Amino acid sequence: MTSLLSVNNLVTEFGGGKGASGLRAVNDVSFKVERGRVLGLVGESGSGKSVTGFSVMRLLERPGRIASGQIIFDGVDLARLSNEEMRQIRGKRIAMVFQDPMMTLNPVLTIETQMVEAVRAHDQVSKTTARQRARDALGLVGIPNPEERLSSYPHQFSGGMRQRVVIAIALLHKPELIIADEPTTALDVTIQSQIISEFQKLTEESGTAVIWITHDLAIVSRLADDIAVMYAGRLVESGPVSSVLTDPKHPYTAGLIASVPSRNRRGVPLRQIPGMTPAITMLPRGCSFRTRCDRATDECLVIPPLFPQQERFVRCFHPVMKAMT
Amino acid sequence: MTVSNAGNETIAKSEPSGSSRVIKDFFRSPGAAIGFAVLIIICGLAILAPWISPQNPYDLMQLDIMDGRLAPGSESMKGLVYHLGTDSQGRDILSGILYGLRTSLTVGVVSAIAAALIGTSAGLFAAYTRGRIETGLMRLVDLQLSFPTILMALMMLAVLGKGVTNVVIALIIAEWATYARTVRATALVEREKEYIEAARMLRLPGWRILLRHLLPNCLAPVIVIATMQVARAIGLEATLSFLGLGASVTEPSLGMLISTGYQYLLTGLYWISFFPGVALLITIVAINLVGDRVRDVLNPRNAS
Amino acid sequence: MVTSIIRRLFQALFVILAMTVIVFIGVSVIGNPVDILINPDANQVERARVIAHYGLDEPLWKQYFIFLRGLAQGDFGDSFVYGRPALGLILERLPATLELAIAALGIAIVIGLPLGLYAGLYPSRISSRIIMTGSILGFSLPTFWVGLMLIMIFSVELGWLPTNGRGPTLEFLGGQWSFLTSDGLRHLLLPAFNLALFKTSLILRLTRAGVQEVLPQDYIKFARAKGLRERRIIAVHVLKNLMIPVVTIVGLEFGSLIAFSVVTESIFAWPGMGKLIIDSINLLDRPVIVAYLMMMVLLFVVLNFVIDTCYTILDPRVRLDSKA
Repeated sequence: MTSLLSVNNLVTEFGGGKGASGLRAVNDVSFKVERGRVLGLVGESGSGKSVTGFSVMRLLERPGRIASGQIIFDGVDLARLSNEEMRQIRGKRIAMVFQDPMMTLNPVLTIETQMVEAVRAHDQVSKTTARQRARDALGLVGIPNPEERLSSYPHQFSGGMRQRVVIAIALLHKPELIIADEPTTALDVTIQSQIISEFQKLTEESGTAVIWITHDLAIVSRLADDIAVMYAGRLVESGPVSSVLTDPKHPYTAGLIASVPSRNRRGVPLRQIPGMTPAITMLPRGCSFRTRCDRATDECLVIPPLFPQQERFVRCFHPVMKAMT
Repeated sequence: MTVSNAGNETIAKSEPSGSSRVIKDFFRSPGAAIGFAVLIIICGLAILAPWISPQNPYDLMQLDIMDGRLAPGSESMKGLVYHLGTDSQGRDILSGILYGLRTSLTVGVVSAIAAALIGTSAGLFAAYTRGRIETGLMRLVDLQLSFPTILMALMMLAVLGKGVTNVVIALIIAEWATYARTVRATALVEREKEYIEAARMLRLPGWRILLRHLLPNCLAPVIVIATMQVARAIGLEATLSFLGLGASVTEPSLGMLISTGYQYLLTGLYWISFFPGVALLITIVAINLVGDRVRDVLNPRNAS
Repeated sequence: MVTSIIRRLFQALFVILAMTVIVFIGVSVIGNPVDILINPDANQVERARVIAHYGLDEPLWKQYFIFLRGLAQGDFGDSFVYGRPALGLILERLPATLELAIAALGIAIVIGLPLGLYAGLYPSRISSRIIMTGSILGFSLPTFWVGLMLIMIFSVELGWLPTNGRGPTLEFLGGQWSFLTSDGLRHLLLPAFNLALFKTSLILRLTRAGVQEVLPQDYIKFARAKGLRERRIIAVHVLKNLMIPVVTIVGLEFGSLIAFSVVTESIFAWPGMGKLIIDSINLLDRPVIVAYLMMMVLLFVVLNFVIDTCYTILDPRVRLDSKA
C-alpha cells in the first residue's frame, strides 16, 4: 500500500520565479506519512517546518510558492491541483490546526457561524444538520454545554478552550491527515498536556494521520511514531522516533536532544549547541550546520546527501556514533 | 536583488544611517520625485511672480477693462498676449495664477507652521506636565477634533470677519489640535522609555528634557502632518476664498479667481475658472505625493 | 450597556454645554455683541430695546445664562435679513441639506467600498494601482472646482443635467424633498456626486487599508484551511471585520458631509443650510449664524452618540466588555 502522504524533493521559495531563484525556506525536503501514523516535524523557528506544513496545504502567502517537488497525497500530486480541487481537499481530507488559538478564530463571528460554514463548505446539508454536527464535535473535544457555547464569540473562551474548538473544526469532516502547527506552544503547560492527550485520543480513534510540527522534543517522544528533523530549510535526519531519539546520528539532532533540560541531572550544566541558527539569507557554504559543528571537516564544504541507514536517513558525512553520546 | 544562500558568511552591508537614508529612500519612489520636482518649480514660479508674470494683476492701473474676458491666446490692445485669457476686469489669468500661487503657498505654509508650533508645544506640555492641565487641554482637543475643519474655520470667520489674514488665523485654530493629539501620544510613549528616566535621574532641568529628548522624537509625525496640512490649508483657503470669505476681489487668490469665473462658466467662458483650478490641483497633488512618501519613509514600521 | 449609554449621554450634554460657552465667548467677547445682535440699520429706540432684551448691560455670566435660556427655548433671535426666527429658517432648509448629504454618502459607499475591496484584494494588479492613483486625485481635487467642471461638462457642454436649485419637491414627513420627483432627482445628481467625491476616496482608501490589515490574519488563513470558498471568506470573514471601521467613518463623515455641503450648495445654488450660512456670514446675519452653529454642534453630538452605539452593536468584543 502506498503512503498517505509522500513529499518528494519539495522546494518552497519566497520571491524569485521566472528562472530566478528566491529565498529557499524549504530546500529539497522529502518525507512520508503513513495512514494513521504521527510524524513529528522538528526544528527551530526559521528552520522551515511551518512553511513545509503550509506548502502541503497550499496555503503559502505571497511571495511564497512551491518552486519544485511533489506532494503526493493518496496518489494525487497536490502541487498540481487546481485551486478549486485543492479547496475541496482542504478541511475535508487534510485539516490544519494553527499555533495560536487566540488568532485562529475570527473575533467577530460566532463559533456557530465558523463551524457551520466549515461543515457546509464540503457537505451540502441543511443549516440545522450542520449545526448538530458542530454541536456534537464540540462535545467530542470536551467542551461543556456545547449547545450554549455555539452562540458564543471566540473571546469568551480561554486559550485552551479555543484550541479545542479549533480541533473540533479540524475533525468535523474526519480528515485523513491533520497538520498541527505547534498547536500547544501558546498554551499553559497544564493545558498543553490535556490538549495533547485529547488530540492523541481523537486521532487514534478515527485513524487520522498527523504531522505534528513542533520544536519540543518531549512532545514528539510522547506523541509521534516517526520524526523528521529540519535545519535551515533542509531535512537533516528522519526515522522512527524510538531509534532517532535514543540514537541520533546527525550532530544537530544529537545537540538538540542533549539540550533538553529534563535529561540533565541537577548541577550538571545544560548542554547547548554553540552559535546561532543562521538566517536563510546567509547560509554557510556546504552543510548548513558546518559552522556550529565540532565534527565538521573540509569535506563538509559540499552539501552532504541524505544517507540511508536502515529505516533512517541522515544528512551528514560524519554521523555521531552511539558510543559518543 | 540577488540572494545567495552559499559562500556568503559576511554580515549584511551596513546601511547609510539617518537623514541620508531618509533622503535616499524618499527619491526611490518616482511619484514622490516628480511631485518634489513639480513643487520646486511651483515654489520658484510663486517667488519669482513679480518678475516673470506679464502683468501685475493687483495693480488696477495696469488692467484694461477693454481687455476683459478675452479667450486664451488673444492679444491685448498694447500687443501683450494673454496666453490663458483674461477675467472680466481684463486681468491676465496667467499673471493672476502666478500671484495667486504666492498667496496660496504663503497661507498654506504659514498656517501649517504656526499650527505645528502651537500644537506641538501644547502636546509636549500636556505630556510633560500631566495632571489637570493635560486633561483640560486634551478635552479641548477632543472637542475640537470632533468637528470638521471647515466648520471650525467657518465658525472662526463668522466671529472674526472675512479676509485672508483671518482665514490664516481660522486655519491655525482649526488645525492645531491634530498636532497636539499626535505629539502628546508620541511623547507619552517616549516618556516611559529608559533614557528619559536616566535624564531625570541626572536631574536635568525639565525644559532640557522636553527640548532635547522628547521633542526630537516627536518631530517625525509632526513633519508628516505638516506636509499634508499645507495641502489641506491651500485647499481650504481656496474654498473659503471661493465662498467669498477670503481674498478680496482686487487681490484675488486662486480660489477667488475661480469664483469670479463661476458666473461666466454658463456662457462658455471656461478659462477664468479652469486654469486657476488646474494650477491649484497640480500644487495640491504635488504636495500630497511628497507627503505620502514622507509618511512612508519616516514611519518606523516601514524602515526595515 | 445601559450605564455606558447613560455615561455617554452625560458626556454628550457636557460637549453641548462646552460648545455653548465657546460660541458665547466667540459671539459676545471676541466679537462686539451689539453689532452682532442688532441690525446695523436699527434706530436708537430699537437698539435700546434689543440691548435690554438680551441683557447686554448685564454682567457676562448673567448674559451667558440669558443666552442659554434662549437656546433652551429655541430662541436665537430673528434673522436681520428675513425678519423671521433664525431657528425656523434653519429647520426649513434642513431637508435639502440632509437629502444632499445622504445621497452623497450613498454614492460614496456604493463606489468606494467595492473599489477599495478590489484594490485591497488584488493590490498588485494594474487596475488597483489606477484606482489608488485615482483616489489621490479624489483627495486632491478641490471640491468647488470639481463642481464647476461638472457644471461645465454636464450642463454647459452636454446639456444633460440642470445646474442649480432643487427642482420640484414633494412634501414628506413635514419637509420638502427633491428625490421624490424625477426632475428633482436630476437636480440632485450633480451636487450629490460632487459632494461624494472626497468621501469616495476616503472610504476607498479606508476599505483597502482594512482589507490589507485583515487578509494576513491567521483567522483568514484558517478559514482557507477549512476549505471555504474565496467568495465566502471575502463576503463574511473580511467584510464583517471591515464593517467596524467603515461604519465609524461613515458616521463621522456624515457630519462632515453636512458641513462641506456649504461649498456644494453654494455652487449649485442648492437651497440648504450651507447656502444659508454662507449668505448669512456675508450679510452678517448673526442670529442665523449662531443658530446654525448650535444646530451643527447638536448634530455632531447626536451623530457621535449614534456611532458609539452602533459600534457597540457591531463589535462583540466591545459589546460584551461593556456589559461586564
